[in-house]
Amino acid sequence: MSDQHKISELPIIDAFTHSGDILAKVGQQSTERRMDDYFIVDVDSHIGDAEAWPEILKYIENDATREAAAFFGGGTGRGAYINSTPGLQLQHVGGRIPHGAALQEKIDDKSVPRVVTLARRAIDAMGLSYQVFFPSALLFLGMHPVREMEVELAIAYNRWIVEHVLPHEPRMKAMLYLPFNTPEAAEAMVKRFIGAKGVVGFLVTSTRYQPVHANEYMRVYSMLEEAGMPIGFHAHHNWNNEYTKQLNRFLSMHALSFVLSNMVHLTNWVINGLPERFPKLKVMWIESGLAWVPFLMQRLDHEYLMRVSEAPLLKRLPSEYMQDMFYTVQPMEATNMKLLEGTLEAIKAETQLLYASDWPHWDFDVPSRVFDLPFLTEQSKRNILGGNAAKVFNLEIPDRYKAKY
Amino acid sequence: MMISGGAGMAEVLVVRQADLLEARRKVVSVDGVEIGIFQVGTDIYAWRNHCPHQGGPACQGKLMKGVEERLTEDKQSLGIHYKDDSLNIICPWHGYEFDVRTGRYDGAGGLRLKGYPVTVRDGGVYVTL
Repeated sequence: MSDQHKISELPIIDAFTHSGDILAKVGQQSTERRMDDYFIVDVDSHIGDAEAWPEILKYIENDATREAAAFFGGGTGRGAYINSTPGLQLQHVGGRIPHGAALQEKIDDKSVPRVVTLARRAIDAMGLSYQVFFPSALLFLGMHPVREMEVELAIAYNRWIVEHVLPHEPRMKAMLYLPFNTPEAAEAMVKRFIGAKGVVGFLVTSTRYQPVHANEYMRVYSMLEEAGMPIGFHAHHNWNNEYTKQLNRFLSMHALSFVLSNMVHLTNWVINGLPERFPKLKVMWIESGLAWVPFLMQRLDHEYLMRVSEAPLLKRLPSEYMQDMFYTVQPMEATNMKLLEGTLEAIKAETQLLYASDWPHWDFDVPSRVFDLPFLTEQSKRNILGGNAAKVFNLEIPDRYKAKY
Repeated sequence: MMISGGAGMAEVLVVRQADLLEARRKVVSVDGVEIGIFQVGTDIYAWRNHCPHQGGPACQGKLMKGVEERLTEDKQSLGIHYKDDSLNIICPWHGYEFDVRTGRYDGAGGLRLKGYPVTVRDGGVYVTL
């Protein structure tokens, strides 16, 4: 439009927009902040596995289950056996957040699975060295009414990841789903996939009614501790229990239920002395945000000191065990910076906090969220954005970054 | 012609008025400064394409009416409905909603988009940066 100025038109963003265009400003932020020498790992992202579901069904090992799957979804297999609820379907806020429904962008490259191309686009746009991804489609599977189905689908999904996805892109890393409702199947899953290329840990989806301190789980924890592999508890919604049923808005349900499940599991973990039983096991709490942690630290310390006879395995305060655990940034509550500063101090963020985007979900956090925190030292920012993840997941830091880490 | 707020120095022709009338909205980068230009009725507004939340591309998102929760006289809810004659631009990253006419966040918190003065002459829409 002007001879004297460089003018270009930017696209309108909808559900079909290229991820690189949606996230173009992340690259601009990185350039403005001179973040080029920051080693960044996103320890919680998601891939378009709902669209890939028919492909995943091919990895079901029970042939009767596998063949029956083809009759779901009008003969497409879409959604077969999945016990999803309306919760995730509301991520797009009535169409306001296009990527909240699904990334529907066009991909011509057929040489790799679509999910790999989508992951590469996010990795490149966000300047990541590694991306650890989680199974969106399985996040509610712990509530499946058929216990055996959790096992069958978990095996299929993990095989799809290990055999079909990870071999294409070394920057993609996975925490594999544990069918936690069947402890012996969870053990078998660890035995089967530990050491598989690109597998950096194992995952428990937190929406389930299973006490994590049950004796049946001790062998799984022991195996992971021995292998130096982290166990992550990934939060999800639950709009079906008696308390959350009262909440009429997604925002209310999401605000509470993504925290509630991990509060229950972490409380059981600490009060039953699991940190004393497995002192070297790396435990991560994923996608519950951060504000709940100092609340629970104070609450458990307060109750423990009056009722020590109920927690005889503890040799330290609950909050001290919680300071040895790992937490992920997203969704970072940041409307009160003083509270956030206190929170990061309480959880020893410099060594215990890991950057996570949750891309492409509706409440994702970009790397500049951490970089811009005024109270963090440069070293803390580097640790949170990537250094801590390298230690937890045993990731190799590329040569170009090594001098700073 | 409505002029949106903000002081600036250089006046730049960013879009032909006929093109804006047809599209209702154009988002452009002028020497690296990203601006959304919006036509609402006979008025034109220009806002910086930068969400005050996480720096997202606010002007590239969906245009939708704002909503309100209607109540009866005795304070019972009648549910959530579109607000008549409202128009919000919604940041596609996280759904922050801003009134296209004022640039203000459509809720509590006091956030707003940065505005630029707009003038129209000879069929061209000029923004002062």
